Amino acid sequence: MLAAPAPVRQPDPFRPQPWRDRRLEIILGNLLRTGVLISAAVVLSGACVYLFHHAHERADYSVFRGEPSEYRTIPGVIHSVGNEQGRGRGLIQLGLLLLIATPIARVVFSILGFAIERDRLYVIFTVIVLAVLLYSFLGTGIGV
Amino acid sequence: MNVLEFTAVVAIVSFVAGLLGSLTGLGGGVVLVPLLTIFFHVDIRYAIGASLVSVIATSSGAAAAYVKEGFSNIRIGMFLEIATTFGALMGAFLATRIPTSALAIIFGAVLLYSAYLARKPRPEAQRNLPPDPLATSLRLNGSFPDLEGQRRYNVQHVPTGFSLMFGAGALSGLLGIGSGAVKVLAMDQAMRIPFKVSTTTSNFMIGVTAAASAGVYLSRGYVDPGLAMPVMLGVLGGSLLGSRILVKAETKSLRLVFSVVILVLGLQMLYKGLWGRI
Repeated sequence: MLAAPAPVRQPDPFRPQPWRDRRLEIILGNLLRTGVLISAAVVLSGACVYLFHHAHERADYSVFRGEPSEYRTIPGVIHSVGNEQGRGRGLIQLGLLLLIATPIARVVFSILGFAIERDRLYVIFTVIVLAVLLYSFLGTGIGV
Repeated sequence: MNVLEFTAVVAIVSFVAGLLGSLTGLGGGVVLVPLLTIFFHVDIRYAIGASLVSVIATSSGAAAAYVKEGFSNIRIGMFLEIATTFGALMGAFLATRIPTSALAIIFGAVLLYSAYLARKPRPEAQRNLPPDPLATSLRLNGSFPDLEGQRRYNVQHVPTGFSLMFGAGALSGLLGIGSGAVKVLAMDQAMRIPFKVSTTTSNFMIGVTAAASAGVYLSRGYVDPGLAMPVMLGVLGGSLLGSRILVKAETKSLRLVFSVVILVLGLQMLYKGLWGRI
């Protein structure tokens, strides 16, 4: 998909293979938009379920309580989607998790793109960024 | 207000914020947190969590449109994302430790600075700057389509820009905003990246930066589904509409109006942080 016949890379510092970068960027841009639209659809479906059940309750966010664990960990969110009780909110959180995952997917694809371009320096840079993102996404207690 | 009314009003306000933010290029997230805390009495931590999520949505949603224009520079973006993601992670951890009044004061200061920046003329377009050795070895220099064909540019002051981007990431993680204002400072002023290249590249970076702190926010329970839902859907809808009518709209007077709104909200946040309860 990304692979084009690989010409010998010229060490011209001014033009880092612009057309290939462009192709990569267009693929990444479409990936991002698709991810956002999917997550927005999931959030919207959750919104319908949530509003159907809770429309007439009082909305008050003036006191910070913190979310219960079913809305702040990945297993908790998946569990609440399968559970009649918190399905609406579970679906919203699932959509938001997909939304957060979208830029992470973009970074993963960038690593592949730079690898195809044989740009070792930028593969390293991108792996560093991915490591920070994965730490935030999985290392902060969200995965348990 | 019951849940239905609250959801509807917040969705409309978020839609308008997203639309104005996209039309003026100042970003919608920066007004959302003050609006939610001042007018809807939402705790600032919930407001930041919801705003952060909407920032990811707008950045990723606009990316495809920006990319087609051919201005963004993926290497500048990826290199600076090292700084912004580390900063964002640090900012998110800081946010869970510092008092909410301090958050409000920092937020107010950022708003005032953004309002000032919105009124300031853009830095002059760079012409024929000499190549910087560090930028050259990092392959940051590039070119973009211009009236006279492809125009090359040479990135300057890489270490200064990189450090400022760390700060931009930290503010983004701390306040749940895209921190476009600091990015402008880093990319336009310090690194002398041409305006269109820096705006489109920073849009790309905002989503990744926000994703770095979103995990922390979600796992700490700052992201409430009932609040984040109307904010995310509203801002996304508004900014998508904004990016479609951007070409035709008269943005100069809009920018003036929006920067006054930002100024007033900034003063309110400062006041709340210093004297009020937040």
